[in-house]
Amino acid sequence: MVTIAEEWLNSCSGCEIAILNIGDVLVDLLPQLEFVHIPVLIDKKYYGQTGENKELDIPEAVVGIVSGGVRNSEHLEVLKKMRERCQILIALGTCATDGGIPALGNMYSLQEIKDFMYRESPTTVPGPDPDYKTYHIPEAFETVTALDEHVKVDIKLPGCPPHPDWITAAVLALLDGKTELNLPERSVCDTCPTIRKSKKSAGDLKRILECPEFDPEKPVDDMRCLLEQGFMCLGPVTRAGCSGMTGTAPRCIATRVPCRGCYGPVKDGALPIVDYVGALSTVGYDPRKMVDRRGFLCRFSGAHSVLKKIG
Amino acid sequence: MASPNTAKTIRVAPVTRIEGHAGFEIMLDDSGNVVDARMAIMTLRGFEKFVVGRPVEEVRDIVNRICGICPWNHHLASCKAADGCLGITPPPAGRKLRELCHMLAFIPDKILHFYFLAAPDFVLGPDADYSVRNVVGVVGAAPDLAKQVVHMRYKVQMALEKFAGKVIHPIAAVPGGYSRPMLEEERKELLAVVKEALDFSVFSLNFAKENVFPKYLDVINTVGVFPSGYLGTVRPSDGALEFHDGELRMMDQNGNYEQFKYHEYQDYIAEHVEPWTYLKFPYMKKAGKISLDETNPVGVYRVNCLARINVCDKMATPLAQKELEIFRSAFGRPAHQTLLYNYARLIELIQCCERAEELLNDPEITSREVRHQKIEPRAGEGVGCLEAPRGTLIHHYKTDDNGLVTMANLVVATGHNNAGMNLGVKQAAKALIKDGKYDQGVLNTIEMTIRAYDP
Repeated sequence: MVTIAEEWLNSCSGCEIAILNIGDVLVDLLPQLEFVHIPVLIDKKYYGQTGENKELDIPEAVVGIVSGGVRNSEHLEVLKKMRERCQILIALGTCATDGGIPALGNMYSLQEIKDFMYRESPTTVPGPDPDYKTYHIPEAFETVTALDEHVKVDIKLPGCPPHPDWITAAVLALLDGKTELNLPERSVCDTCPTIRKSKKSAGDLKRILECPEFDPEKPVDDMRCLLEQGFMCLGPVTRAGCSGMTGTAPRCIATRVPCRGCYGPVKDGALPIVDYVGALSTVGYDPRKMVDRRGFLCRFSGAHSVLKKIG
Repeated sequence: MASPNTAKTIRVAPVTRIEGHAGFEIMLDDSGNVVDARMAIMTLRGFEKFVVGRPVEEVRDIVNRICGICPWNHHLASCKAADGCLGITPPPAGRKLRELCHMLAFIPDKILHFYFLAAPDFVLGPDADYSVRNVVGVVGAAPDLAKQVVHMRYKVQMALEKFAGKVIHPIAAVPGGYSRPMLEEERKELLAVVKEALDFSVFSLNFAKENVFPKYLDVINTVGVFPSGYLGTVRPSDGALEFHDGELRMMDQNGNYEQFKYHEYQDYIAEHVEPWTYLKFPYMKKAGKISLDETNPVGVYRVNCLARINVCDKMATPLAQKELEIFRSAFGRPAHQTLLYNYARLIELIQCCERAEELLNDPEITSREVRHQKIEPRAGEGVGCLEAPRGTLIHHYKTDDNGLVTMANLVVATGHNNAGMNLGVKQAAKALIKDGKYDQGVLNTIEMTIRAYDP
């Protein structure tokens, strides 16, 4: 029996739904797991069941799973408490490992975000910013950060959301007494079955306002590589794994849509914004012609100070 | 957060078994009676700001991260808004595939909400100890049912994933249509799953009508009951409940309504700001103001299933319509009891299954014409609107000549219900806490008025 505490910070709950999507295997694993804290499913309260405590508390657990990055003071407080209470801490999902989509917010200042939300939006009657000093709400931070910028993280499971296979693998490893899980450091291209002719392409980069060429009756391995077709597919700089452990085609590609990078950089510390320039040049495209280069290449990995407002 | 005559504050955080991050506080006076109560949303993420500068066709893949339980709805509303900016209409099969995904995403969401999030309060009772009042407790109390629930939710979720590539944070819909056609064998497979889901949805409503709602009729009629307006989408031709394409209907607390097109939303909805929560309060613009007085609310309207059931003239499919008639004969129109959201949810589940079946039986669903081949970026404006499980979703974008977003305004379901959730907490707290007496069962019953909306 392993005790588990789970928390979500600056997140959307997609990771929690991915846990449920483990499906029948989860039902089989349940007798070996004891969830002591998981707000999406269990009513354990930070301040005691009748609101009597002054300080936020979380029960002790062997394994702590945290999804979402850190955007405010409550996220940080919960994260630190989880680290303190749990022996092994898992960062679940690309928000937790690299900032994820919400870290696109780092391209704007917090004040710009508040100005639009509370004064400039077409439906809003202008009002004050939320006041964390007077009321019991958290202080919003200037940027979105990943978990390892604040505490030691033992296992990182990227993905937006992570494929249930990887979550299962992590849980099984922990039940087996292991405290690490090394994910393959391969790119989406390494697992993509589309046809590559390795010829330099001509023409302009395409946006998904255009339809790629493919025969819907034929399998995905009959389709020409989307990057070679001129689409800004992020396969070369994105960690493989979105289709789980079955070895099937990357899921966006299977749907005939280019990869958008939701598993984050191929390995820790890699910089897609730099590496992609090389990938585009090899197929003959001019990276300077990319629309919204920073927004594309840091879509899921804007923490670790990668994305900052310019000027 | 305290007012001058507050002697004690009860702090309940996090609100659990919901999608999202909320807490609430109840302020008591010297004699232990409720002075005020407020629910606060803790996070400001700023999607509206950080999609500015992004190509409009990419926004559909960004905003689906607003919610991991209803990513499809944001994805599809965004595609519709992008269609408007780009000045295009998807081919019929592309539009139908989008609607089909919308329906298929609703089904596991409603199962999840009713059984995993809400049912523990009803199956085990609101007073059951917090440590067992959850889905694991339900498994213990009703193992056969629980097994069926887990299986059905998973089956529909995986069937959608198999067809659409990704079920959480989808990528399959694109501006101008849908990414690829449906093959005949895929249609057959999905149809078999949908038929099973329809049987299960009818079973679920019958089960709830027999075993759940009668037992809690007192609670339903006393907790979280207050008059309000309602907003939902209807089919223009006959006022039937519509989830994907229709017109908006705003009903006042007496049942009078106005009907309008999506792009007119700014004439009907304004948003109010309070310093004690990060979430704004949309209200009926024509009321001129919003008042969070639970005995006489002004400008307050609600969305989500009960709101849709209240505003529509009828359901769009036969089995769901029969159930609406039974509901209306018991509770009238509009019904104001917050906990009836759980009942309305199951009636809607039936319509979603029936509508998915209709779409899968439509010969056009397997047409090869699912998207425009090439769309030129341009300056434009679009309002994409649909009904998400949690209520009306409005995505409004403007673009520049290069198709990059210059403005995005999102009015999302949890926002529409912000005032309703606050009033529910306040009304329930005042009804249940007297002379300083309360326990975790009482606090959980108050929490049920938030949980009903599935925020």
